Amino acid sequence: MSVEAKSLVDIVVNGEAHRTPAATLAELVHERGLAGQRVATACNGEFVPERARATLALRPGDRIEILSPRHGG
Amino acid sequence: MNAPEPAIATRSALTLYGEAFPSRMLIGTAQYPSPHILAEAVRASGAGIVTVSLRREQARGRTGERFLELIEALGVRVLPNTAGCHTVKEAVTTAQMAREVFGTDWLKLEVIANDDTLQPEVFGLVEAAKILSADGFKVLPYTTEDLSVADKLLAAGCKVLMPWGAPIGTGRGLANPYALKSLRAYYPGVPLIIDAGIGAPSHAAQAMEMGFDGVLLNTAVAKAEDPVRMAQAFAQAIEAGRTAYEAGLMGMRDMAQPSTPVAGTPFFDLKRGP
Repeated sequence: MSVEAKSLVDIVVNGEAHRTPAATLAELVHERGLAGQRVATACNGEFVPERARATLALRPGDRIEILSPRHGG
Repeated sequence: MNAPEPAIATRSALTLYGEAFPSRMLIGTAQYPSPHILAEAVRASGAGIVTVSLRREQARGRTGERFLELIEALGVRVLPNTAGCHTVKEAVTTAQMAREVFGTDWLKLEVIANDDTLQPEVFGLVEAAKILSADGFKVLPYTTEDLSVADKLLAAGCKVLMPWGAPIGTGRGLANPYALKSLRAYYPGVPLIIDAGIGAPSHAAQAMEMGFDGVLLNTAVAKAEDPVRMAQAFAQAIEAGRTAYEAGLMGMRDMAQPSTPVAGTPFFDLKRGP
C-alpha cells in the first residue's frame, strides 16, 4: 500500500454529509460495500453509468446518489 | 400456464409496445406484509407486468439485490417508476438509472405536482415524456383524464396512456367517469390503462366495462386483509369486465320493460286497480 496520506474529500451521499478517501465514484461504491451489486449512480443530478464510475473523480461538494431496487406502485 | 386458456382470453390479450400480455392487470409491489405474500399475490393476480422503484441504498445490506431476485423469480415484465419525482430533470435521471439497474427501457413515468394530492404535474410530464421517448424509452405516463394533455403525450411519443382513476392510494374508484369515457371514445386505438385510485374489484370491473385496456393497482391488494385472495378477486373482476365490454353491454333505459313475454300472461283479461 502507498505510504502517502490519502486526501479526503467532503461530499454528500444520498443526502448525508460524507468524508471519503475514495478518489472516484467506483471507489465510493466499493467503500460502501456495494461492489458487484446492482445499484445506479448519479452525480450532481446527472446519471453516471456503471462503466463511467471508475473515471468519475470525486470533487468536494459533489452530491452523489446511490440507488437500489425497491418496491414500487 | 396450467389450464389451457379459453379462446376469448387469447383474443383479448393486452398489447403494449408490441408485446402481448394474457392478463389485463398490472400490479404494484409496495406495501405488502411480507416478501412472501407479495410474491404469492403477484402470482394470484396473473399480472404480467409489475411496477418497481429505485430508492436510496440503505446501510450495507443486500435489500435491493434480494428484492430484485424475488421479482426476477416471478418471471414477469418489470415496469420501473419515477415515483416521487417533482421535476423533469429528476424524472429523466431516475429513468436512466432505472434502465441500467432493471435492464429495461419500459418506464412508468410519474412527475408529481403536489405531495398531498399526488396530482400529476402534466407540463413536466409531457416534457419528460418527449426527452425519454427520444432516448428510446417505452414510456407509460401516469396522467390525468385531460384530453389536451393526452394529445401532447401521444405527440411526445407515448404509445400508451395511464390516466388516474382517483389520486394514488385513495381507493375511491373512478372519480370522473364522464371524462374517462370521453378519453376512451376519443382514442379508440390507443391502449389506455387506469392507474391509481382503484379500491375495490367493482371499480376495476367498471373501468374494464368502459373499454379501458387494463388496470394498474397496488394498495387495494397490498392493504387487503388477505392480499393473495384480493389479487385473485381483482383478476376475476378485470377479466369479467373485459369480457362484458367485448360482449357489448345493453343500453340503459328510463322506463321498465318486462323481460317475460306479455303475450299469454294468465288472468290478463281480469280488471286491475281500484
